[in-house]
Amino acid sequence: MAAPLPPVIRVQLFARYAELLGGQFVDVPADGVRTVGDVLARLRELPGGAGIGASTLVAVNLRQARLDVPVSSADEVAVLPPLAGG
Amino acid sequence: MGFLSRVQLDLSALVAEVAGPERGGVASFVGLVRDHHGGRKVSALAYSAYEPMAEAICAEIIAEAASRWPVRVALRHRLGELTIGEAAVAVAAAGNHRDEAFAACRYVIEELKRRVPIWKRETYEDGTVEWVDPSNSGVGVGDPGIGSAP
Repeated sequence: MAAPLPPVIRVQLFARYAELLGGQFVDVPADGVRTVGDVLARLRELPGGAGIGASTLVAVNLRQARLDVPVSSADEVAVLPPLAGG
Repeated sequence: MGFLSRVQLDLSALVAEVAGPERGGVASFVGLVRDHHGGRKVSALAYSAYEPMAEAICAEIIAEAASRWPVRVALRHRLGELTIGEAAVAVAAAGNHRDEAFAACRYVIEELKRRVPIWKRETYEDGTVEWVDPSNSGVGVGDPGIGSAP
């Protein structure tokens, strides 16, 4: 039997960020990741991640979340480029 | 649910949705696809969204408007490829009188632009493609008239 996979936080990406990081999802290893700010820090280390700007919004379970909001692998996490509706 | 639409928007349907015998005023706003942005000619445009969140935030904004003013509000935003001149967003707000209708309509479109996770990818006549970022210019070079009195 295969060893259980280490837990990950699946992060949804949209628009320019999906292009920068090359996909609609990134699985961030959950180890050492406690908050929204930690998720952003991990993403910025990835190829293309330097383009994730300072004013980036993050949603946790469909709500905008501040950098200190805790996240776990059970949460729906999405990283949102600057909004441009209307 | 149902604020996002992949088919043409129909303002008269939205007006019908909010109209009622006691509501004597309907204010509406329709945002159309412009053929220029930042001094460049736009040839095509596509909207995408984080759909479950966009639906939830639209519902929240409409509930806020209805709690601030005695109004009924309908809202739709297009997704997918649009052509120049097509309606991208439509809001209709009905109240007993015009003041609350105008106020609620304005509130909903401003909050939508500020809070709803929707993105716009523009293709320009020179073939370049860009995700629109209103926080960095949006209105800028070659967009005279904004912020300048006639």
